[in-house]
Amino acid sequence: MTKIVSRFTGLGGLVLGLFTLTVFAGTGSLGIAFSLFLVFGIPLWAMSDLPAYATRGSWFWNYVYTLICTLIFLFLIAPVLVVIPLSFNAEPYFTFTQKMLSFDPDGYSLRWYDNILKFGMLAPDAPRDSSWFADMWANAQWIRAAKNSVIIGIFSTILATTLGTLAALGLSRPEMPYRRTIMAVLISPMIVPLVIVATGLFFFYSDIGLAHTYVGVIMAHATLGIPFVIITVTATLVGFDHSLTRAAQSLGANDWTTFRQVILPLILPGVISGALFAFVTSFDEVVVVLFVASFDQQTIPRQMWNGIREQISPTILAVATILVLISVALLATVELLRRRSERLRGLSPG
Amino acid sequence: MKLKQLLLTTAMGAAVTLGASGAIAAEVTVMSWGGAYAKSQVEAYHKPFTASTGVEVKSVDADNPAKPIKAQVEAGNVSIDVADVEFSDAVRLCDEGLLETIDASTLPDGTDGSSATDDFIEGALTDCAVANIVWSTVYAYDTTKFSGDKPTTMADFFNLEKFPGKRGLRKAAKANLEMALMADGVAAGDVYDVLGTDAGVERAFAKLDAIKDDVVWWEAGAQAPQILADGEVTMTTAYNGRIFNAAVAEDKPFEIVWDGQILDFDLFVIPKGAPNKKEALEFIQFSTGTKPLAEQAKWISYGPARKSSGPLVGKFNDGKTEMAPHMPTNAANMGNALVNSFEFWADRDTELSERFNAWLNS
Amino acid sequence: MTDTSAASLPGGSPMAESLSPTVDAPLTTVDGTPLREALHKAERQKRWRAFLLVVPLLLFVLITFVTPIAKLLQQSIYNDDFSSNMPNLSQWFVENPDSFGVPQDEAAFEALVLDLQTARENRTQGQIGTRVNYDLSGSRSLFTKSARRAARIEAPYREAILDLDKRWGEDDLWGVMRRASSAYSSSFYLKSLDLAQTPDGEIYQVDKKQQIYVDLFWRTVWMSALITGLCLLLAFPIAHMLATLPLRYSNLLMIMVLLPFWTSLLVRTTSWIALLQSQGVLNDLFVSLGLIGTEGVLTGMLDSLGMADREGRIPLMYNQAGTIIAMTHILLPFMVLPLYSVMKTIPPTYMRAARSLGATQFTAFNKIYFPQTVPGIGAGALLVFILAMGYYITPALVGGAKGTLISNIIAEAMLNWYNWSLAAALGALLLAGVLVLYWLYDRIVGIDNMKLG
Repeated sequence: MTKIVSRFTGLGGLVLGLFTLTVFAGTGSLGIAFSLFLVFGIPLWAMSDLPAYATRGSWFWNYVYTLICTLIFLFLIAPVLVVIPLSFNAEPYFTFTQKMLSFDPDGYSLRWYDNILKFGMLAPDAPRDSSWFADMWANAQWIRAAKNSVIIGIFSTILATTLGTLAALGLSRPEMPYRRTIMAVLISPMIVPLVIVATGLFFFYSDIGLAHTYVGVIMAHATLGIPFVIITVTATLVGFDHSLTRAAQSLGANDWTTFRQVILPLILPGVISGALFAFVTSFDEVVVVLFVASFDQQTIPRQMWNGIREQISPTILAVATILVLISVALLATVELLRRRSERLRGLSPG
Repeated sequence: MKLKQLLLTTAMGAAVTLGASGAIAAEVTVMSWGGAYAKSQVEAYHKPFTASTGVEVKSVDADNPAKPIKAQVEAGNVSIDVADVEFSDAVRLCDEGLLETIDASTLPDGTDGSSATDDFIEGALTDCAVANIVWSTVYAYDTTKFSGDKPTTMADFFNLEKFPGKRGLRKAAKANLEMALMADGVAAGDVYDVLGTDAGVERAFAKLDAIKDDVVWWEAGAQAPQILADGEVTMTTAYNGRIFNAAVAEDKPFEIVWDGQILDFDLFVIPKGAPNKKEALEFIQFSTGTKPLAEQAKWISYGPARKSSGPLVGKFNDGKTEMAPHMPTNAANMGNALVNSFEFWADRDTELSERFNAWLNS
Repeated sequence: MTDTSAASLPGGSPMAESLSPTVDAPLTTVDGTPLREALHKAERQKRWRAFLLVVPLLLFVLITFVTPIAKLLQQSIYNDDFSSNMPNLSQWFVENPDSFGVPQDEAAFEALVLDLQTARENRTQGQIGTRVNYDLSGSRSLFTKSARRAARIEAPYREAILDLDKRWGEDDLWGVMRRASSAYSSSFYLKSLDLAQTPDGEIYQVDKKQQIYVDLFWRTVWMSALITGLCLLLAFPIAHMLATLPLRYSNLLMIMVLLPFWTSLLVRTTSWIALLQSQGVLNDLFVSLGLIGTEGVLTGMLDSLGMADREGRIPLMYNQAGTIIAMTHILLPFMVLPLYSVMKTIPPTYMRAARSLGATQFTAFNKIYFPQTVPGIGAGALLVFILAMGYYITPALVGGAKGTLISNIIAEAMLNWYNWSLAAALGALLLAGVLVLYWLYDRIVGIDNMKLG
């Protein structure tokens, strides 16, 4: 009985929240509506599963606890999502205009997305024929940055994943000597402040002529991606059944065949998520690029860095929105891989 | 199998892209300050230069083009052919052997027949650099923010009682210390003498203390008009041309206060070991000619460094705004103007930058 | 009874007994090598094979990571801008180790003039001047000016030089030049600690108004600690919720933790700029709620606390608040994930048992639940603290003047002041701090236990 009641109050909270949301949205006080929805609606709804024997005191504590958690989750996710509507702002501001809040279509536009393409073009306002697109492909600064990001990202990922997977195979063997020390060295690029790595790389690259080259940036990014590959691949190897490799070898497979046919298929999910981590690390890295790359190797984050410091326009928000969508796709991939890997290894389907 | 193909195609694609970018025949890379200023150079120098010589000009932006030069030269991998730098940086870089020397006698004569060395304003030519413009650091305010009295003097910038609101300042010691002293009543002519003493430095920082809590610091030239337009500040120091462009070309309600302006040159230099030295020199010879310099004033309110360009300066590219009153060198604007001392800053930059940072952080 | 218990003893003594007769004759493999040796050999081979798998990566990391850091350490104590460009004078300093202050020796001045002349030819007078200027401000122009005129200087050199500029007659200058004449110097470390050296080698603290680096180190430490504390405070409830909710809900909520983790740092920082600006989303929201702004309910109170600007809005950006808020958000997942993985292993029955034995909810939490989460807290807190210490991008963009950390000044010294040795020395000190913490992390948590989502 109580359970039904509590479920009812929960639903009631949600309905009440949604109701106030619409009422206040109508009068323009979206802020008030949103706050009420947050403070009452979500926690009451989330608590509707509270067990029947809950006392009034524990009901209160649960309410506070759920409310706090709601607010923290909001704190986590809101900043990531807030850029999305803002990037459709028709005005060159970083905040919601009255028109946007009243859902007036005039308040929204795609101009900043258009700007991503146009910025840096020789003739941005020419008619959009094939020469316009050629101009965009060759000169638009964001496009150039995107090309660099992809080139540097892919090559550094290949490098980091190959070397990292090999090393992880060695490190996860019980007979590996100096395991702990070597592991500590290989993980340290993740820990050492980027400014220090970048400064050191600049000095060193200057001596050997790698500064301001693609190779230099790719090697640096690969180093930064390696810890992620090692961590994910060794994690997959934790539950690895070594008798499988022995079985393969006793059946006459050589090392390479064993690796290809037995080990790789089993650790592949780990390798791929490691590779994705490495790619994201490179795709997001700006300090090393700032120190050891020239403008020829300008990447997306480097271009964003310029944009934020020089001309804060919603173009940055449009780029940010695209990047959020990319990270959603990557996260989804990694999650699917993780579940697949756990299924393969007979763990619970998380 | 599919993965292999994918990798192969990407690798090939990347190789093609990389190869293509290095395959352009004649090219010269010019690094400048971005925003409206870089645009004025593209219109007045780069496009005509490409039209007359066939050499492509690649325009690159930086917070301050002098900064990457040392890193690039010492790294032995220079990718800039021409950089547009401030006077003190031109002298400093030249002294440190980081620039190619430029023989002034190879520069073209003025259209009025005077030789280059006579035609350029005094101090516009150095061993390694050729000036293109005279610009100044000024302060500007948003006219909609002040209904009664408007600010007119340097002292008004530091007067929060009379003119409330946040201030924008460049996050550097240079220019701020001079302006603080001028606001404190030091005549423009005495500023560097006073600043040369410990008491003078104290005095400048004491004046800055008065507004410290209300300052928004900017770093790149384009930021100053931006924070003024966003309403983050009501007044800001800025490069005069940036404010002019925001006010005239973008219709922003900005007004420049010329009192206490600090004049400086911008000069073209060639970093030592520039990949296209020959083209770089040609570019400088072309763009510091009488006509291109005058042409640039059509796009931004910076004064040409050649005397012979002066009479050719006409209207802004909107066809109606007369440029002369907006030039820092216009007689009406020179009332209380200070010329930036490169020698002072070459000597004291390190110490005062540290002092400035210590002050900023305290 | 006794028989069975003996048979089931760990170590199985009956087995050992049954094997013991064969021990007398040494075991060999088919080809006759003793088994012990063969096993050793096989072990060694396996170790080598494991090691060989790691070798390529080790070499790679040696090139792209270890060597650069070694180079940085070298740069922090090595600067040959003076010594290599003033060879004659440097040689004179070596030959006259006892000379103090302005030398009376004509040979010193001859060496000086000779070096200045070469410097003028090679255009290195600026480098020399800059190096001396680090230790003695205002002396750069002395070198550039003198070098320009050096070609015309004639013997007697001492008189001519002192005539050229009276600053050549200062003891301090010669003391600084003597120290700079050796490429190896501790002066950059001293400077990093706001210390300086008198010409006769005594170390003193620089003037209060020039002090900057020690304060910044401290600020970096306390701000990182504060951010770590905030992360812990925020991570604990949600990690608990994630660990206790049924999987179908917690997986959904987990995405809310992982999405920011996978989102570009610059995107998140940009969002915070949009949110925190004084004309930004949060301030607008508070104004529309009537809390702040020119007529806000809280404006008066905030103003008296000095927390409101002239329009009654709260300055959340370009100050320490901006850095702390944005960095707490960015580092929060690094705290949630280790906490979650520890909490996940705590059986819910423990809490129920405690409650059923009469403990209040608080006691049960305090005595039963919390102690079991301590490993997670340690792992998360150390990781967040280490990462916070080295942050650069976020403080640079939202920190303004007072919200910047030591990394920012390192970048400033590198990119704006061109004082690379100082940047290296500051970096080395930061690196030392971080490595100590990293060592602690390995000790306490173990690097193997680092998890990524």
